[in-house]
Amino acid sequence: MDAFAQNNGHLAVSDARYINGLKLFIQAVTPLEYSIHRGYAHLGRQLGGAGLRIACQLQSLDELRHSQTATHALGNFNRFFNGMHHSVSWFDRLWYLAAPKSFIEDAFTAGPFEFLTAISFCFDGLLTNLMFVPFMSGAANNGDLATTAVGFSTQSDNARHMAVGLAAITFILQQDAGNAPIVQKWMDKWFWRGFRLLTLAAMMQDYMLPKRTMSWREAWEIYGESNGAALFKDLAQYGIREPKGWRDACAAKDHLSHQAWNLYYTYASVAAVHSWVPSDEEMAWLSEKYPQSFDQYYRPRLEYYQFLNQTGRRFYNHHLPMMCQTCQHPVIFTATEAPATLSHRQTRLNGEMYHFCSDPCRDIFVNEPEKYLQARIPVHQMHQGHCFKPEPDGRAADFDAKFDATFDAEFDATFDAEQALLAWGHITHGQDNLDFDGSPDQINFKDWGGNVEVEGAQS
Amino acid sequence: MTIDLQARQVKPLRNTYAHVAKYIGDDKLPTRYQEATFGAQSSENFHYRPTWEPEFELYDAARSKLVLADWYVLKDPNQYYYGNWTMQRARQQDSMEANYQFVESRELLEKTPADLRDLVGKVLLPFRHVAWGGNMNNMAIGAYGYGTAFTAAASMHSMDQLGVAQYITRFGLVLGGTEILDKAKNAWLNDAPWQELRRYVEDTLVVKDPFELFVAQNFALDGQIYPLIYRQFIDQYVAGQGGAALCMLTAFMPEWHDESARWVDALVKVAAAESPANRDLITEWVKDWGARARAALAPIASMAWDGTGGSKGADEIAAAWQILQNRAEKNGLAL
Repeated sequence: MDAFAQNNGHLAVSDARYINGLKLFIQAVTPLEYSIHRGYAHLGRQLGGAGLRIACQLQSLDELRHSQTATHALGNFNRFFNGMHHSVSWFDRLWYLAAPKSFIEDAFTAGPFEFLTAISFCFDGLLTNLMFVPFMSGAANNGDLATTAVGFSTQSDNARHMAVGLAAITFILQQDAGNAPIVQKWMDKWFWRGFRLLTLAAMMQDYMLPKRTMSWREAWEIYGESNGAALFKDLAQYGIREPKGWRDACAAKDHLSHQAWNLYYTYASVAAVHSWVPSDEEMAWLSEKYPQSFDQYYRPRLEYYQFLNQTGRRFYNHHLPMMCQTCQHPVIFTATEAPATLSHRQTRLNGEMYHFCSDPCRDIFVNEPEKYLQARIPVHQMHQGHCFKPEPDGRAADFDAKFDATFDAEFDATFDAEQALLAWGHITHGQDNLDFDGSPDQINFKDWGGNVEVEGAQS
Repeated sequence: MTIDLQARQVKPLRNTYAHVAKYIGDDKLPTRYQEATFGAQSSENFHYRPTWEPEFELYDAARSKLVLADWYVLKDPNQYYYGNWTMQRARQQDSMEANYQFVESRELLEKTPADLRDLVGKVLLPFRHVAWGGNMNNMAIGAYGYGTAFTAAASMHSMDQLGVAQYITRFGLVLGGTEILDKAKNAWLNDAPWQELRRYVEDTLVVKDPFELFVAQNFALDGQIYPLIYRQFIDQYVAGQGGAALCMLTAFMPEWHDESARWVDALVKVAAAESPANRDLITEWVKDWGARARAALAPIASMAWDGTGGSKGADEIAAAWQILQNRAEKNGLAL
């Protein structure tokens, strides 16, 4: 890792666009690992059996290692690129990081057995391969040996963590037949929570690796579908079936990354990560990898963005998105069998309407409303005048949190919501946000002679 | 085209993350410890109250009565992060391995007087249960404490305590197999001399204030156990009676204690210095837990030194107490 830094390895990566995947990693994944470290400390203190307790203690330290190692490896990139410098406070503040933040805080605030099911079984057992293996091989392919080293070293622990998860779940199920419906409910919830979290990984995989390895769809088929199916077959003897959202997740493999990229593309003005329209070559790759969906649903939109760019009208969405009360992603996903229909679900509770991105997210809410009523949905906060610096009077009759002021010269606003949001969120306008094209990252990388053949950089 | 990138002037935009720069500035590279530690924990906008403790936020400084403007003042002078901590422990483990080999290959245990071996077995082995308590208590600090500076160091210290419990277990195994460990556990659970100490450990297991727990376990209790049992008893008394070989098998413990006491002292000192209220609070904790630990260790000291009569145990207890007193004073407490 240190040799990589000393040899300016960060300049030998395929393209500065690649760095944006690392930004999401340090913003979303590293703080997640940190909190998982603390979560296992709770289990390592509180669980009854010495064997499982010590396994949790060791995992707690492993997770500490993961967060510290990633912090170090990406610390070098942070010196030369934007979008990493406030990673921890971004995790706590930025709207799009409410998805990973609420994921881990949901697990962490639950009881110990639900935490085990959530993290050891569903996340480590079913889903982390999808987070680490494809992306890290992508990192290797894009010349980033530091991140590759971190990823594979992390993944070497995860094999052990998966074994702990399976052993713990099997043990819980064997103790009492009455545990099966409880565990099943947790699996339904945590498979889906985890799957929604992977939206970021899907997008990184398909859009943020300038040199492609495998598509999200392929990764899902190998690491999700076939591994997951085998796992649930093994657990059938205890009365466990595949989780409720399983089929939806499998059906989403043709759509997930494209819908996510559209979100990040259109909201790049208020995110600490750049986005861009894929090149023609990249779109050809996406067509090839997604014959069922890309040309029909997603290419036309990207080509329209391309057209707007050519005429100097890069599209940014100036309206606050509706967010899912459960997973805290904006409500952007389409219905399972209808890729042109928004999957927007609602539930009324105590006279209030709550909104969801999917049936599984609504079910999770309905099963435990007392928990999800507490969710601190960033967009709701903004509508109340929070998340801004300076903080406006959210109760004033003319208060409006939309972002038009920055982009529309004719928009007459006394309060510039977007600039105030960026200031509160420690995002420097024109540096951390907006399109990759024209960004300081792009310009610096070029000036520094990035992605030239560097002797020794690949060895 | 091949060029030498190192020859180019590539000026970094910054040296470190904002949450690290907040503590060290951005004019230099952070150390691995600083980068891994400062500001690493989430601190605001929590989504849900803990199901298991709804009166607090997930990470909440209010779990302790200690008040600090910023919990990252609790810096570890050993500057441990995962990498250097494990490397240091691996070296110590290698050296313990070598000690065991040395003792076993020369059959030094067999050459130690039998009554001395019995005495050490009786006095030392139940301490594996104390170390196990220390493991859980420090894991609790790692779980419920505030700020990575405090909690990461406690997490590592927790694993060290597990290591101590495992070293004592291994010592017992070479001394008398599982049978002697069972006997020691039975003594721990049932024999009168151990009951006050067992009560102390069990009482700390339900202390919820992470900093009080830190003081009760790492300062008040371990601050007396390690001088008393490892320095005074094993390294001095037992070695003097022809048991030098036994010191080799416990060599890690006093060495580790000296090292980790630097961390414990640093935290007590900086926390006490922040306000008179903190100083009074910690002083009370040290007085209360320290006196209890002293009383709980008295029958063990008597077992260790007074088997053939006399009152040397009481002198040794007083000496260990004095060491704790001195540390307390050096840390700015007024006992």
